[in-house]
Amino acid sequence: MNWLSRFNGPQTLGEGGVFWSLFVVTVIVLATVPLYAEFFIVNNLAYFLLWTFMALGLSLIWGHAGILSFGQTAFFGLAGYGYGVISINLGDAHGLTWVAFVGALILPTLLAAVVGYFMFYGGVRDVFVGIVTLSITLVMETFMAQTAGPEWAIGTARLNGFNGMSGMPPLTIPWFGDDSIMLDGNPFYWFVLALVVVVYLALRWLVNSRFGNVLVAIRENPDRAEMLGYNVRLYQLAVFTIGGTLAGISGVLYTTWGSYITPSAMGLTAAALPIVWTAAGGRKDITTTLVATVFLLWVSQTLAVKGAQYALVLMGVLLLVVVLLAPDGLVLLVVRGIGRVFRRGQPAGSNNGAL
Amino acid sequence: MLATVIGFLYQFADTFAFLILSSVGLAIIFGMMGVINLAHGEFIMCGAYVTVLTARAGLPLPLAMVLGALTAGIIGMLIEYFVIRRLYTRLFDSIVATWAISLIATQGMLIVVGPSIEGLKTPFGSFDLAGLSFSWYRILLPVIALLILGGIYWLFMKTPFGVRARATIQNPSMARALGVDTDRVYALTFGLGAALAGLTGALYAPTMTTVPTMGSAFIVQSFVTVVVGGADVLLGAAPAAAVLAFIQSVLTASYGQLIGQVGLLLTVIVVVRVLPKGISGWMLRGSN
Repeated sequence: MNWLSRFNGPQTLGEGGVFWSLFVVTVIVLATVPLYAEFFIVNNLAYFLLWTFMALGLSLIWGHAGILSFGQTAFFGLAGYGYGVISINLGDAHGLTWVAFVGALILPTLLAAVVGYFMFYGGVRDVFVGIVTLSITLVMETFMAQTAGPEWAIGTARLNGFNGMSGMPPLTIPWFGDDSIMLDGNPFYWFVLALVVVVYLALRWLVNSRFGNVLVAIRENPDRAEMLGYNVRLYQLAVFTIGGTLAGISGVLYTTWGSYITPSAMGLTAAALPIVWTAAGGRKDITTTLVATVFLLWVSQTLAVKGAQYALVLMGVLLLVVVLLAPDGLVLLVVRGIGRVFRRGQPAGSNNGAL
Repeated sequence: MLATVIGFLYQFADTFAFLILSSVGLAIIFGMMGVINLAHGEFIMCGAYVTVLTARAGLPLPLAMVLGALTAGIIGMLIEYFVIRRLYTRLFDSIVATWAISLIATQGMLIVVGPSIEGLKTPFGSFDLAGLSFSWYRILLPVIALLILGGIYWLFMKTPFGVRARATIQNPSMARALGVDTDRVYALTFGLGAALAGLTGALYAPTMTTVPTMGSAFIVQSFVTVVVGGADVLLGAAPAAAVLAFIQSVLTASYGQLIGQVGLLLTVIVVVRVLPKGISGWMLRGSN
């Protein structure tokens, strides 16, 4: 179990045999879902999982580094539109969609780096970071919503204003002969799942590394971290950029999943959702954020049958309740509650941190 | 030439009024309490809805507007009492909580009143000057904006409430020790900010469509003005709005609405890089 120690540490909950066995079982169960479940369920699961990257990125920059970004959807939308524009222009032959995939991730990474440079090196702190990022995503929404005319096209890709872009090809893997494997349906689901596992493990390693510990030091007290000799701005810029890339992954996958992207993906309501998921997950831990995100997406979708408004009102109420009553997040609240039931008779507080 | 100048001045005054009115409620709550009220747009929406509904029910328009502002103010005080008050020690969480309220208000309105209601006609008609047509109401708005700024200045500088409020921002524990009921100051300040947002919604209700998401039409402009205005809100709002309105009107006149909006955002990013404490921080640079 020695190699596992790289993924464990003070910045993540869950370690030891029980947790990792549970992790392996969960991954196996999820990976085998397409073998026995209907396509509808697989497709939905892919949808739930593809959003987790944005939430994980927000957990990293908000929960670990203390940077409150309200505008992760700006990177999400830029990546989505980027994939649309590049893939429609290049087509899907010879695995060129992967050029679009990578290109669509470079765009939000660059945007995050530029915005981050202006904010952190300009001395923007605390709530102002939230305002600037939110303004950026809202302006991008306004901008994309007015690109309706035929003059708004990049190459052969029409931006289509408020109705959004559609018709971009799914990811393809070139294969022998003329055939290529299209990543939609089950292969797409496996691809997303594999990516979630890789990103999750990579983030666990990252937040428990020296880098991750410095981030927490900055979150707790930026001035003290600076006095101790850390280049606070550089760390903030780096983590903000990583968060932008992660939001971009969600954007690309979302665009390929439904083969469309609209400006409202960058609007005020859309921007609130990652905040809800991450806050409900307790934001300081990536495992709880991951679980909460998938769970809340499932709840939203179940409720959305009656109309999206009902699900969104519930998300608002949930966010309010979490902030007021359970600042550590819902997942920990439930886990601790279960732990308390199992450990009845032991002194209270003896189960702290056990998961 | 004359027509261009007059048209530009009109555009400038209109944008100036919009920036002042959309940001003043947000600015007071932020300046006094440090809370970024992300439900600001929804207080505006609330003021607009109450105005439209009561005016269409037969209430005279000015009275309906006052009622819209009062309703928003009362709801603001209730929210302060039940939510914000519990989060004073956790600033970030209070911001997230106001966002939750914004989400509930927007989507709740969609469920309760539906996607849109019939609006009001813009009052007072229009007049012609140098071959261009101008709306009297739009001329009135900048005047009202300046009157509101004057009123706020008077309230915080010349009244006992203003003295207590300023004492509370400077040093809450000292103010409490001297007998100021700081909880009440916070509640009144939040209520005042919400009421001013409601008044903004009421004033713009006759000029735009009343929809549950109308708050987001104001929110970027209000953020931008507060960020550029900087730490001292009372001092920063007017110059910030003037500078931004000038930039936006010049760009809009030469390159169209979109470039005007983009220019506004770029200005903010540059201002933030050069003057992180905003215009008021720059004006006060010698005093600290």
